[in-house]
Amino acid sequence: MPSFDYHALLPEFIIGASLLAAIVVDLVMPPERKYLAGVVGLLGLVAASFPLLTLATCGSIDGCDGGLPRSMFGGSYVVDEFALVLKGLFILTGVVTLLLSVGFIESDRYYEGEFYFLVMASVAGAVIMASSRDLITLFVALELVSGPAFLLAGWRKGDLRSNEAALKFFLIGVLSSAILLFGMSLVYGTTGSVTFEGIRAATLAPGVALAEEPVFVLGVIFVLVGFGFKISAVPFHFWAPDTYQGAPLPVAAYLSVGSKAAGFVGLLTLCYLAFAGVRDIWGPILWLLAALSMTVGNLVALRQTNVVRLLGYSSVAHAGFILVPFAMAAALDADGLGDAFFGSVTYLLVYAFMNLGAFAAVMAAAEKAGSAELDDFGGLSRYAPGVAAMVALFFFSLAGIPPLAGWFAKFVMFRAVLIESGNAWAVGLAIVAAVNAVIALFYYAKVVKAMYFDGVPDRIDADAAGARSLARPLVLAIGLTAAAVLVAGFFPQILAFFGDATRAIALGG
Amino acid sequence: MSWFESGWGLSLIVFLPLVGAGVLLLIPKSKEQVVKTTALLFSLAAFAVSVVVLLQFDFDGTEAFQFGTDLSWIPAINSRYHIGIDGISLPLLVLSTFVLVLAIVYSWDHWPEPRNPKAFLVLMLVLGTGMNGTFVALDLILFFIFFEVVLLPMYFMIGIWGDRKPIRLPGWKRDVETRLYASIKFFLFTLFGSAFMLLGFLALSWKAGGTFDMVALSEMGRAGVFAGAFGQWVFAALFLGFAVKVPMWPLHSWLPDAHTAAPTVGSVLLAAILLKLGSYGFVRISLPILPEQAQDWAPAIAILAVIAIIYGSLACLAQTDMKRLIAFSSVGHMGFVMLGIATLTDVGINAAIIGMVAHGIITGLLFFLAGSMQHRYHTREMARLGGAMKSMPIIGGILAFTAMASLGLPGLAGFWGEFMALLGSYNPLDGLSLGVFRTAMVIGAIGTVLTAGYLLWMLQKVNLGEVPEEWRDANFHDADGYELGAWVPLVLATLAIGIFPKIVFGATDDAVVNLVENISRAVGG
Repeated sequence: MPSFDYHALLPEFIIGASLLAAIVVDLVMPPERKYLAGVVGLLGLVAASFPLLTLATCGSIDGCDGGLPRSMFGGSYVVDEFALVLKGLFILTGVVTLLLSVGFIESDRYYEGEFYFLVMASVAGAVIMASSRDLITLFVALELVSGPAFLLAGWRKGDLRSNEAALKFFLIGVLSSAILLFGMSLVYGTTGSVTFEGIRAATLAPGVALAEEPVFVLGVIFVLVGFGFKISAVPFHFWAPDTYQGAPLPVAAYLSVGSKAAGFVGLLTLCYLAFAGVRDIWGPILWLLAALSMTVGNLVALRQTNVVRLLGYSSVAHAGFILVPFAMAAALDADGLGDAFFGSVTYLLVYAFMNLGAFAAVMAAAEKAGSAELDDFGGLSRYAPGVAAMVALFFFSLAGIPPLAGWFAKFVMFRAVLIESGNAWAVGLAIVAAVNAVIALFYYAKVVKAMYFDGVPDRIDADAAGARSLARPLVLAIGLTAAAVLVAGFFPQILAFFGDATRAIALGG
Repeated sequence: MSWFESGWGLSLIVFLPLVGAGVLLLIPKSKEQVVKTTALLFSLAAFAVSVVVLLQFDFDGTEAFQFGTDLSWIPAINSRYHIGIDGISLPLLVLSTFVLVLAIVYSWDHWPEPRNPKAFLVLMLVLGTGMNGTFVALDLILFFIFFEVVLLPMYFMIGIWGDRKPIRLPGWKRDVETRLYASIKFFLFTLFGSAFMLLGFLALSWKAGGTFDMVALSEMGRAGVFAGAFGQWVFAALFLGFAVKVPMWPLHSWLPDAHTAAPTVGSVLLAAILLKLGSYGFVRISLPILPEQAQDWAPAIAILAVIAIIYGSLACLAQTDMKRLIAFSSVGHMGFVMLGIATLTDVGINAAIIGMVAHGIITGLLFFLAGSMQHRYHTREMARLGGAMKSMPIIGGILAFTAMASLGLPGLAGFWGEFMALLGSYNPLDGLSLGVFRTAMVIGAIGTVLTAGYLLWMLQKVNLGEVPEEWRDANFHDADGYELGAWVPLVLATLAIGIFPKIVFGATDDAVVNLVENISRAVGG
């Protein structure tokens, strides 16, 4: 195999080319055609998904040599099943984000092309992230995800909230990067290696008890804390609701799915590959983060009166749910680790669809009702029954009510932690998660209650509000995600298949 | 017709209502007549298929699962589309399809505010899929999905079409509409229970090496795979899930609110079918898979059951609202069902199943009647009602008949469940405490007297006496065609089961005997 595998890098090349194309289109097009930059980006992302398919099926295509995994640059960059699945997820997130943005950013009438460029750049970072298998590539990819996102969060520069969102996000983002980098340097210093393979070998080397080396342990903890900020786990979550509320809604959708998933990819690969030998360091820490994130996220969400803020706290709680399978890793054998990995990845896949859909539906509802305040959603079902039904669909899916896809995410999460169902810690976490699932229902149902059971507030003119039209790309995005949530609810295998494909990565532990 | 017997028949019963709901969504709201006809046709079709299943059912082998199939569904977690029915599920499945048809017939001309028949019927049909599916599922995950599918439609039904009367909750500053409070309470209680039920399922599957198949798990349960403290925890988790649904005292508090607040048809479906999902869960899952733990828990269940009987009856006597009285009567009646199950004998479990069917028919009918009365009087306060026998002889007559059936008059359906549950608890499974069960029997017998007391009291208030001043000139119309169309079949079923209980026992007996044998073998060995 050549050391420079063009086939394996094709998705990254296509995304890179199309993000440059987008900025060129932006330069040459008159203002009313700027949306074409978004279209170029969209087409680029769709085109980038084809090499993923050829890579996945390479073994069965004539004239295509090389199966998975494809390892490059001395093991620093690997394209395996996990990378392909997550790249697919990031590209899809990018597509949906662009669909949400086209109508939304157009109405603001400034810097349209740059917006699409930045979204594409962030997606490119996430796609690289999925293949990163050393600390440096991982860090560069993570910065490529976050950097554009800082700018995007502050897109509405006339809006104070948007400024606050961007500034908070930027300061916290830089702080967390610094912590992460410091942790990485400690890990490198104690193991002498930046590749995950090398770190793992160092931790498993006979005669060296790295797990008892305070500097190394501190490094691991710093790395976890750094990622804790990225995935907005409690107690590193406080920036998330403010940022989501202030940022333009498509950006909030992207942050809560794309950039959060990128954080989880880093955490997954680091924990299960690099730190596989020291699971008793990160397992208990993540147990605590999971329990805290679920509980605090849900309890605070109960008090929210703004639906976007509510989604912000709900995404904190979901970060906790995704962390649950990590928690018992120290006690698991190889099969168990595979199941835990499968649990987190599948949860992430389901979560991506339903949370993108939830943001899209809330965007549509806010368009109709005039704001995203809970009170203004009152009686939405009277004048916008379709939009109300979609919000209800996604919110109940987030709550995990069958037959919507969310149940399966909750299910694999419980399953992963109950592998150790003889262990009191595992059962305890499962019970915390179960109680939280019920608490979460209450605030999701609160939104549904406002839309369906309450009357239309006086300040809203139902006829005029009902007549407001929605941007067609937004409707398309809602349709796509809703179909995914419904179909995956009845046939979870279509997502579980992809989650299952990734589990091989964890079996080596 | 081999395709029919290998899963398609049952799948049709389960999914025809759902397909119907999908079709309804495509019909414009303004074509109300088309919407109603389509909904009725789909529910009738499901009922017709269930009748065909009933006719082709092999009554000589009711302990075996029939009409089943076992297809790949979610290989990643080892969960399969495994369905089938035996003698225990058959009567409940037929009851479920039957009541759905009647509910749609009744709705024809009785739409609760704010009308919108299309949405209402869509929810009813989705509910139908959930109910039918629960009774045929033989895979724990499939069971869980169907068990939960009923939540959303019922939540919306109560929340949108429910009672708008404001109530003041203790500790709240403002009044809240009954429907808002009742709908979320129903949802949260049930979800709380089922979250733990799911944990229980997962623990079982983990111990059993990854399978969710009820048949396989039952075999392992008999072999003692789930013995010990592990099994106790799992039983407790499943108990939470099922007991909330039944509901058993002290987890019942959602029931009076939900039943009272729900629109008439919602109350009917809740009482007739949804409560049975819980007790069915005990018989289908808890007892066969965890026989030893069932024996350990049986006295506790029996005690809770008799508390429910007495508590439900006393609470009934304290009600002023007719619908709430009927709602509380369900707590008592389901207490008899649970007492029957707790005896772990064939008499007791047969009693539980016929009790479930009878309660479904009778209490469903009572809720229909209460709804129709409210439709006419616009109040349910029994103090303001009276003289229904004079003003509306048909409705009054059917109410009298149903109340008699509900209090367990011999010759009507309600009798068998109560009588045999008490009989069963005189002589529970070997190894169970005779003292506890015989005391339970005596208290339960006192409960039957109280039951008769509150039902007769209700009849006296509502049916007898002179028509009060308030309604003297009201000139109520008596039962109309749609009402009779929904009620007469239920009256006939009450009579039929009362006189020939073999209609139910013929199906259940072998299956129950087999279940009890398995339990006693597992416990004894």
